[in-house]
Formats: sequence, C-alpha cells, structure tokens
Amino acid sequence: MNIHEYQSKGVLKSYGVNVPEGFPAFSVDEAVENAKKLGSTNDENSKVVVVKAQIHAGGRGKAGGVKIAKNLDEVKKYATELLGKILVTKQTGPAGKKVQRLLIEQGSNIDKEYYLSFVIDRQTAQVVMMGSEAGGMEIEEVAAKTPEKIVKEYIDPLIGLAPFQASRMAYAMHFPKPCIRKVTKLMGCLYNAFIGKDCSLAEINPLVTTKEEDVVALDAKLNFDDSALFRHPDIEELRDESEEDPKELRAGRAGLNYVNLGGDVACMVNGAGLAMATVDIIKYYGGEPANFLDVGGDSTPEKIAEAFQIMLDGGQAKGIFVNIFGGINRCDLVAQGIVDAAKIISKDGKSLPVPVVVRLEGTNVEQGREILKNTPIQNVIMAPTMEGGAEKIVQLVKEAEKQG
Amino acid sequence: MGILVNKDTKVIVQGITGKQATFHTKRMLEYHTNIVGGTSPGKAGQTVEGVPVFNTVKDAVDATGANASVIYVPAKFAADAILEAIDAELDVVVCITEHIPVLDMVKVRRYLKGKKTVLIGPNCPGILTTDECKLGIIPANIHRKGHVGVISRSGTLTYEATFQLTNAGIGQTTAIGIGGDPVKGTDFIDALKYFKDDPDTKAVLMIGEIGGSAEEDAAKWIHENMPDKPVTAFIAGRQAPPGKRMGHAGAIISGGKGTAADKIKALNAVGIQVADTVAHIGATVVDTLKKAGIYDECHTC
Repeated sequence: MNIHEYQSKGVLKSYGVNVPEGFPAFSVDEAVENAKKLGSTNDENSKVVVVKAQIHAGGRGKAGGVKIAKNLDEVKKYATELLGKILVTKQTGPAGKKVQRLLIEQGSNIDKEYYLSFVIDRQTAQVVMMGSEAGGMEIEEVAAKTPEKIVKEYIDPLIGLAPFQASRMAYAMHFPKPCIRKVTKLMGCLYNAFIGKDCSLAEINPLVTTKEEDVVALDAKLNFDDSALFRHPDIEELRDESEEDPKELRAGRAGLNYVNLGGDVACMVNGAGLAMATVDIIKYYGGEPANFLDVGGDSTPEKIAEAFQIMLDGGQAKGIFVNIFGGINRCDLVAQGIVDAAKIISKDGKSLPVPVVVRLEGTNVEQGREILKNTPIQNVIMAPTMEGGAEKIVQLVKEAEKQG
Repeated sequence: MGILVNKDTKVIVQGITGKQATFHTKRMLEYHTNIVGGTSPGKAGQTVEGVPVFNTVKDAVDATGANASVIYVPAKFAADAILEAIDAELDVVVCITEHIPVLDMVKVRRYLKGKKTVLIGPNCPGILTTDECKLGIIPANIHRKGHVGVISRSGTLTYEATFQLTNAGIGQTTAIGIGGDPVKGTDFIDALKYFKDDPDTKAVLMIGEIGGSAEEDAAKWIHENMPDKPVTAFIAGRQAPPGKRMGHAGAIISGGKGTAADKIKALNAVGIQVADTVAHIGATVVDTLKKAGIYDECHTC
C-alpha cells in the first residue's frame, strides 16, 4: 500500500526523523492559510515555502509538480495552478494523475543532496540500507550508470541497525563532519519506522544537508506490506482510494485479485501464476489483455458474477476468456458458477453481452463441460484446449471490433 | 526416490482442526502419506480423520517420531508455527499459508540459520513425490511416476505443467512448489541441488515468474553445476506492467528489475529452452528430452 508524501513525513516525524515543517492542503484557501503559518507574507520578510503536488507517483519535480513560492501571492498562484491539474510524470503513465492534495512546506537551504533507503533483499532475506551521495536522481539510474556510488549495509534482524553500520554508511556517503551524528541518528529512526510499520520500502530522496549544517528528509516515500496491514490500522486509515484504479478497488473489496491492463480481451483464471500466463498467451495470439484476474479456488457464483461485472464495466471487455485448471476445486462447480453468474448479470438469464470462451481442465472436467454445453446462455463457447481458447477469444474480439 | 519426502516420511499437520487442513489431511491420507499426528493448541486428545491431535509440535514429535510437518495455520500465526517446527528439529517443514508479513519471514529465515530444517514455502502448494507421499494441496491424480523433477513458484501453473507432462507421457519424480512470496525457505537453486543428487531424476522443469532474480541465479548455477541433467523452463508475466503486484506478493517488477524478458534471456544464454506460452510447456520438455537423447528413458506413462 502507498501513501502520500505528507502522510509519510507524519509517520517518520513520529519516529524522530527530521522533516521540514509542513501541512497538507485540499484547497487554495487552505494552502494560503498553511503558508501563513510557515511565515509566508507579501512583504520583504516573507519566508520561502514549497508547494508540492501530492500524488502516488514519483518524478513530480520534473513534471512541474513542485513549486518554490517566495511570497503569499505565489503560493496562491501555484496552488491554483496545481490543484485539479493532471500531472504526467515518468511513473504515472501517459494518462497522468489528478492533483487533489498539496503539501505546503517550509523551504530549506540545501547544501547537498543524498539518497537513503531501506528495502527487503530477497536473496539474503534481510533488510538492506542503501545510501548514495548521488541524491535527487532516480536510484535505478545511479545503479545503472555509477553502481560504485551505491553503498549497502545488510541488517541482522536480531540485532537491528547497529550503530557501527550507520556510521560506516555515513562516512561512505561522505557526509561533512558536523552532520555525521545527525545523519546516523536519522538512519536509526528511519530503520525503526521501517520495522515498526512493516514497510516494504522507506526511501528518502533527497536527504539533504543544509547551509545550517542540519540533516533533513526533504522527500519521503513509504510503501507498506499489504500482508501486515492487519496490525497497523493507523496506516490503513491513510489509504487514499481516489489514487487507485476504480476497478481494482472494487475487485479488492470483493476479494478478487485484479489488475487493470487497459486492453479489451479480458480473462478470468484460477491461480496467480496461471493468470499471468493467460495474460501472456492472449498477447501471444495478438490480443490486448484487459486485465489480470485470479478468482481463487473457492469461488461462489456471486463472486464470479462480480468478476464478470468488473471486467464488463465501462464497456472495457469485448470478450472474456475463462481459463480454469481444476485442481482441488472442481470444474463442475466453476461451470455452475458461470451459469449462475450469467443469470445475475443478464436481464433474461440467457445472454451475456460479450462472447465468453471457456477452457476447463482437471478435476470433474466432463461434468463441467456438460453443464456449459446444456446451458441456454448464448455466447458461451467451449474451448477444447487452452491454445485454442486463447486464439478463439482474440479472433472473436477482433471481429467485434470490425463490426464497430 | 525423488527428493526431500518419501513413503517413510512421518508427517504432522499443524493447525489440523481448521477446515482447509482437515479437508487436505483426508486427501493426503488418500495418497498414503504417512500422517502420524496433528497439532491444534487446546485440542489434544481429539482425532481428525483418525489422526491424533496434540497441543504442541514438541508433544506430537515426542509421541510419534514425526520428522516433517505441513502448516495450514492462519497468516497471523503462521510464522510462529514455522518457528515451532524448526525448534522441534523437523527435517522438512512445508508452509501452505498465504499473506504472512514479509518481516516475519525475515525473522524466520534468520532463525533457520544453522538449523537442520528445510523450509518449503510459505504461500506454496507443497511437495509431492509420485506414488509415495504429498505434503500440501497439490492434486495427486495428475501425477505419474517418472524421471522429471518439477520446481515452481506457482500453484496452478505446477498443476497445469504436470498435467501437460503426464499427457505427453512424461512422468515425474517429485513436484515442489517453492511459493510466490519474496522471502521464502527453499529457492530454485536449493531445489535444483536436491534434484541433482537424486539418481531417479534425469531432467528438471523449472517454472518461474516475474520479480526478483532467482531464475537468473538458477540459470548460472545450472550452467556451472548440473551439465548432465537437462532443464526446461517457463516464465510467467511477460505482459506484467512494472510496479504492479500480479497476485503473488513476490511477482512484481520493481526498479526495472525482475522482468520476464531478463529471465528468459539469462536462461537462453546458458542453453535452457523456455516455453513460448503456457500451452507449450509439455511440448517444450519433450523437445528438450529428445535433444538430450533421454526421451525414451523419460517416456514412462
């Protein structure tokens, strides 16, 4: 789960990480009020404040989502400009994201920018702290161009981040002497936040030293382990549903594993691995996959109906490929689920709005095929093989496209 | 033969009184798995499918001499269940449970260091040695005895692949689902080592997916250590967009790393054939076996 920068900074502050003072704003008036609190005025004594667009994506600075306001009029101007704007960054995709929240923050006298993060390393099964003196750049870019500039410390979960590791990192990142203690303290606090809130990523980019020899987390990105949210209701509350794909949100509520891929050939599969492979095979035969969808093993007709409705919503799916391998779950139950789902979503219980190609294999496959063969529902086509099914659905969708 | 588990493996089921566990205990017993006990705190003295229930793993091991366990405990308590099984010095522990917090697994992996236990999973379908025993939820009816070892990060893809192998007449020694989580017990290289040492296994099918670099590492290991047993592979997730979790917690392309293209490239580079679609896994294995001149030997069913 992702949260906004201002929320991340709030969490980090509670762990003692030094962050700039700032307040979220949902309207231009609120932005101006918050800027006043930070000493922004319309005379020569005005403090500099930063107006930052809050969306769940990085690369905001380059996309014009971060503005330096020297006075209150500028705060108003930038807030008006940013709120409601569609921000297209390197990470949002071409559709971009609508800015609905701002962070109004005190300006910093930046001396130098650094990079600091904690992630989980799969290979060693340890939390790793990564640091670099090439701050402000994307770490992937640093890793590709100058990997020697990335320093790592692997952390023993029984010990935690040892002080010697923090100071070794601080020296390796070439922090100036007066900042060493401040940055090692910050590393400890950030590690505690990472562990305390079950993060999957805690990234400060940039981490800056200031002209006043202070060390400040100028940006902050926290991602959380979805599997651990049950023990962090405070984090769950920070969820901003407007940042999520509406179909994915709806699927999540229904207990479906769904990812929108934007195309028009939909699929419904049991099992995550087979679902990924089904998306691949649709593309292999020339179709544009609409989604990844794992319905799991114990699907009720209601759940299958909801899955169909999500795929069809907004006219996205022009055809649906149902690919089921009955292992422990039985094909006849899945087939009955499809028939019952059709009754729920079609007015007369006899037709589905788009062609549905069904491939069934595994436990009780014969009974499953029999159920679908005898169903009065139009538009349901049995596929003898997975290959044949994938080819068929792509062909049917292409025909539908031609007919307009 | 086969790897890690066989007809002599004495198994306990942790969390045996749960609905899923009871259902699968029955299935495992039907496959003649030697299940000697189960655990469920506070329910000692009961029986499930004729199997005695104990309060703790230690009690179960003391009473039955069990050397393996399969865990169906809910995610909140599953990491603790794994620790309990490691503490009881079991040889093999299989954890089926999905959605265990990653940091819990980081602790489990630390606790495993220096211990004898082999952990399989979590978030996996388990392990099945053909005609001997199964620990987990793999549908047994699709398996036939033979000489190909199967390693997979995904449940249904394991079944799909095994089904295709059986249909092509290619039997299996052991199928092992290593699980879809980012931090887990057994990984590809560990499983490959067991298959390398198993005289019955003549070839291996490896089913990977996006996320991490375990497939790339395995390709390198195979090239350096297992020249005599041909490997065929399949990688799911060619069309997965970066930054999106594709069902499995570990199936995510992050920071431009862990793409299917990278993995296929690494496998091809060391001469491993990768099936172009999921529908061609069986045919690709057959092709690999023929090229290696061991098709007739592996055509067992």
